[in-house]
Amino acid sequence: MIEIKNLVKRFGDKLVLSNVSFTVGDNEIVGFLGPNGAGKSTTLNIVTGYLSATEGTAVIEGCDILEDPQNARAHIGFLPEIPPLYPDMTVAEYLSFIYDLKGTTLNREKHLEEIAEVTRIADVGQRLIGNLSKGYKQRVGIAQALVGNPKVIILDEPTVGLDPRQIIEIRNLVRMLGRDHTVIFSSHILSEVQAVSDRIVIINKGQIVADEKTEEISRVVDGRRRFTFSICGPQKEIYAALKQIPGVTYVEALAGHELDSTQFVVESQTDVRKAVFGILAANDWPLIGVEAMGVNLEEIFISLVDKPDGKQAGRRITTPKANA
Amino acid sequence: MGAILKKELRSYFTSPIGYVYIAVYLAISGFVFSMFTVQQASSGEDASVGTYFTVLMFVYSILVPLLTMRIFADEKKQGTEQLLLTSRVPIWSMVLAKFVAAYIMFASTFLISLLDYYVLFKYGKPQPGVLFGYAVGVLLLGAAFVAIGVFISSLTENQIIAAVGTIAVLLLMLCVNFFNQYIDISWIRVVCNWLSIYSRFGNFTYGVFDFNALLYYASICFVFLFLTVRVYQRRRYQ
Repeated sequence: MIEIKNLVKRFGDKLVLSNVSFTVGDNEIVGFLGPNGAGKSTTLNIVTGYLSATEGTAVIEGCDILEDPQNARAHIGFLPEIPPLYPDMTVAEYLSFIYDLKGTTLNREKHLEEIAEVTRIADVGQRLIGNLSKGYKQRVGIAQALVGNPKVIILDEPTVGLDPRQIIEIRNLVRMLGRDHTVIFSSHILSEVQAVSDRIVIINKGQIVADEKTEEISRVVDGRRRFTFSICGPQKEIYAALKQIPGVTYVEALAGHELDSTQFVVESQTDVRKAVFGILAANDWPLIGVEAMGVNLEEIFISLVDKPDGKQAGRRITTPKANA
Repeated sequence: MGAILKKELRSYFTSPIGYVYIAVYLAISGFVFSMFTVQQASSGEDASVGTYFTVLMFVYSILVPLLTMRIFADEKKQGTEQLLLTSRVPIWSMVLAKFVAAYIMFASTFLISLLDYYVLFKYGKPQPGVLFGYAVGVLLLGAAFVAIGVFISSLTENQIIAAVGTIAVLLLMLCVNFFNQYIDISWIRVVCNWLSIYSRFGNFTYGVFDFNALLYYASICFVFLFLTVRVYQRRRYQ
């Protein structure tokens, strides 16, 4: 379990983190999402003890990272943004070095073999790290985080620079790790976080702006419904009629695609499809297509991070965690 | 600490640095020893090793940076210092492991070069006490050199800057008391004398074990290793 409370970090006069707090429960995968420069890596660097916080605490499995760094770090496997690899070592030598560095007491050969198997690097064990592809290097970086079987795995942007196939492999690996480990997985790629995380924490400009279960985040962040109607008929009149439907907050007419139709994007607080159909039927305006558009994670993300500074703190959304 | 020490020692031999250091040092040391000591001994002159060790000090000020330049600079450049600083190994332990690794390279190469003494004993009549004094002096001086190099390497991620910076500081500390003859202000002369690594070496050349010099070199090691630890602590708490 990771408990992060009121983290504040200043670099000189610059406030990089402002009261960052969240908790990651046992065997939970949390996606830590934010645009570049939002404070993701700084937060993770503080949690792993690489940097200190100006204020606040980070407690890992009951050990405060500042007061009891040795024990706290013993519970952490960390893949930094740049995988910390020695190019002049073979993969086997590197993992063996990490094994010694972490003071692991598990059976060396068996443990390292298992990790190589899980991360699918067994076939490059005797190759120099400097000669490996980016994907393999990333996997070796994840493998070092797993040495010693730490309870908490922290992965800072593990899929940066990988091809789509490699990204899927890393996602599957993270999912698998989440069965037995507490995982924080940072990324600025939204679909990736959505694909692997149980929960999403969004950070922007050093503040947490959302902390929700993945499946609930869109509902909580934005209660809007959005539909596209393809309608044949007089554009201006249809537009006016749609605007008058109770609950409709926004209507936009787009160019039509077929049968002289016009596409109308309608945003509303409730499901207005029945009301729209009634009005169209009454006016004899044929409806040739309806599409319900979900608010996707990209839109949520942008809506959160584009808020003016002053409104961010009040925008934070959160509901009680099941295992917090 | 053992893991980092082992890795550092290994890294000297997975890159050319370790081989270059050993080869160049042994070649220069052998040449200087032959020129200033063995040839004099074989021609019946006094087999003084004073010139040999004086030249050796300047050779070290150029070669020791080879051992220390990458020690932290490379970790920083490769991003691997994050691995070390987030491991369970305390910062002081990491610094000490890297210092010891570089010092083992320095000391073991020096000890190999002591085989030259065999030639000296065969062709001349050197005083064992004096030779022993010089050897102890070099081992202490080397520790101070390595500590200074380790510290300067922690300040940059560029190996060349680390090497050139170390050479400059070592040469300055070796030569600082030579400027004394041109300085009239007494307190500056005192400071220059205090800073001078060379002037502390004197008693060892008579075969006398100088406890003050031992303390001086130990202090230099402590101060620069402490400063290295502070560099990393400051970075963490910045």
